[in-house]
Amino acid sequence: MNAQTIAPAVACRALSVRFVTERRTVTALENVSFEIPKGAFLSLLGPSGCGKSTLLRVVADLVNASEGACDVLGGSPEAARRERKLGFVFQDAALLPWRTAIQNVELPLEVGGGIKRGSSPTPRELLRLVGLEGWENSYPHELSGGMRQRVSIARALLGSPQILLMDEPFGALDEITRDRLNEELLRIWQETKTTILFVTHSIYEAAFLGQKVLVLAANPGRVREMVDIDLPADRNLAMRDSEAFVRIAAHLRALLGSC
Amino acid sequence: MADGTIPNAGVAAAEAAFRAAQQRKKWRRRLLPLAGVAAFLLSWAFLVEVLQVPPFVAPSPQAVIATLVAKFDMLMRNLAVTAMEALAGFALGNLAAIAIATVFVHKKSAEEAFFPVVVLINTVPVVAKAPILVLLLGNGMEPKIAIAALICFFPTLVNMVRGLESVNPQAMELMRVLSASPREIFFKLRVQNSLPYLFSALKIAASTAVIGAIVGEWIGSTVGIGALIIQATYNFDTALLYATVVVGSCFSVLFFFAISLLERMVVRWQAPVVG
Ligand SMILES: Nc1ncnc2c1ncn2[C@@H]1O[C@H](COP(=O)(O)OP(=O)(O)OP(=O)(O)O)[C@@H](O)[C@H]1O
Ligand SMILES: [Mg+2]
Repeated sequence: MNAQTIAPAVACRALSVRFVTERRTVTALENVSFEIPKGAFLSLLGPSGCGKSTLLRVVADLVNASEGACDVLGGSPEAARRERKLGFVFQDAALLPWRTAIQNVELPLEVGGGIKRGSSPTPRELLRLVGLEGWENSYPHELSGGMRQRVSIARALLGSPQILLMDEPFGALDEITRDRLNEELLRIWQETKTTILFVTHSIYEAAFLGQKVLVLAANPGRVREMVDIDLPADRNLAMRDSEAFVRIAAHLRALLGSC
Repeated sequence: MADGTIPNAGVAAAEAAFRAAQQRKKWRRRLLPLAGVAAFLLSWAFLVEVLQVPPFVAPSPQAVIATLVAKFDMLMRNLAVTAMEALAGFALGNLAAIAIATVFVHKKSAEEAFFPVVVLINTVPVVAKAPILVLLLGNGMEPKIAIAALICFFPTLVNMVRGLESVNPQAMELMRVLSASPREIFFKLRVQNSLPYLFSALKIAASTAVIGAIVGEWIGSTVGIGALIIQATYNFDTALLYATVVVGSCFSVLFFFAISLLERMVVRWQAPVVG
């Protein structure tokens, strides 16, 4: 029990992932090592093709490590997946179009042996948490892109997963919606105390959301720097104009530029 | 969200206008096809009259309607046989296609081995398959059912395989993150995903199954719409020929609409096609 609470949420040690195809072998990640404690918010930032998605997929047990290892909650990614401790939010929401909003959120209850009913919030409560009260019975095609992404977040939160993996969840949204959802995500993170790994292309999003930002470099994908974000935990959008924030953003941009 | 920037009266007026427009569209959709049919019948009657077409070449619409009324019982008796054959073939062919598509999706090697055979059989035209099956299965209902089944089978198989396989890859990964079993993935993801594909195949099959049964009856049959068509043609009874064709087509259309209705009840999630 004690070891469980001390173990970091995610710890990668000399992790490498290679994809062998007919034409070439791609080293998506090379010698990646980092650790994040439970309850942390980590942003993953880097140029396209640097292995951000691959890293999330290793944690979610969708891709196997070629070398090195990745510990999730003190065990293997597979164990964490089987125990249903992970939630995944995809870039295009990946809602099932034949299910209403609430039925989509309920999906995790119906497959893979379901979820132990504990004190975790119900699908209805989760839809309220993401601001979709009253939209329970709408089909995905009746919702806007931002609303679909919220449904997908509610679905990922069902069963109170200990780690929430988000792969550019707001990448396809306009800036206004994205700002609003960023603030909501921070509120959800503070309310649920779950660990979040958040992939983004946006320097501002990475710095605004993360307690730490893992900057990756491409070809091959490797760690550039783990940056601590020295901003108060209680953040708001206005903070993005503060001097401290501007300095952090400039630092991140410099890191990306030298990738 | 309703912050009062749009006055309520404006919303009500807009909703009323929308409903009125919907109503108008509904009537247009009903009346315009009727007007088209009426115009067609009128010009047909006019042409037969003016050109003095002899009755053994083409009948007037009045003669066809008269035959439809006078020989209604006889036409229905023959339709019943053809309809049974078409429905049985439809059920058989589609069920077989769905079952085989399910096997193909689970066993890729089966698909690779047998799909070419299926394609080969499908390249043989119906009119060529019909005599082969009549020789194989005798002169009863069986060869007609077999032809109707064969004709339904291929499009449904192709569509069903595509529908079961073309699931959103992210939805597939979601199922894996949730540790879903292959059975759950099949029923909760693949089957649901295939329904729109299946129904578009079933709608084609609804009309081709009837064609298959009729073509089957052309070869040495004494009852059914197909047999009636052959008899009426040999007797130069054009009014009966046309009446038989009308009865057969009406059945096809009804069958098609029944499937469309079923589709609308089952596949409720698709965004309505715009335009
Ligand atoms: N299944 C796969 N098979 C072969 N190569 C792959 C596979 N998945 C990823 N790759 C390769 O691995 C590299 C990293 O891909 P990844 O998707 O992790 O990048 P990314 O940082 O998420 O990029 P983006 O920001 O564009 O989403 C790319 O070069 C990609 O082509
Ligand atoms: Mg990616």
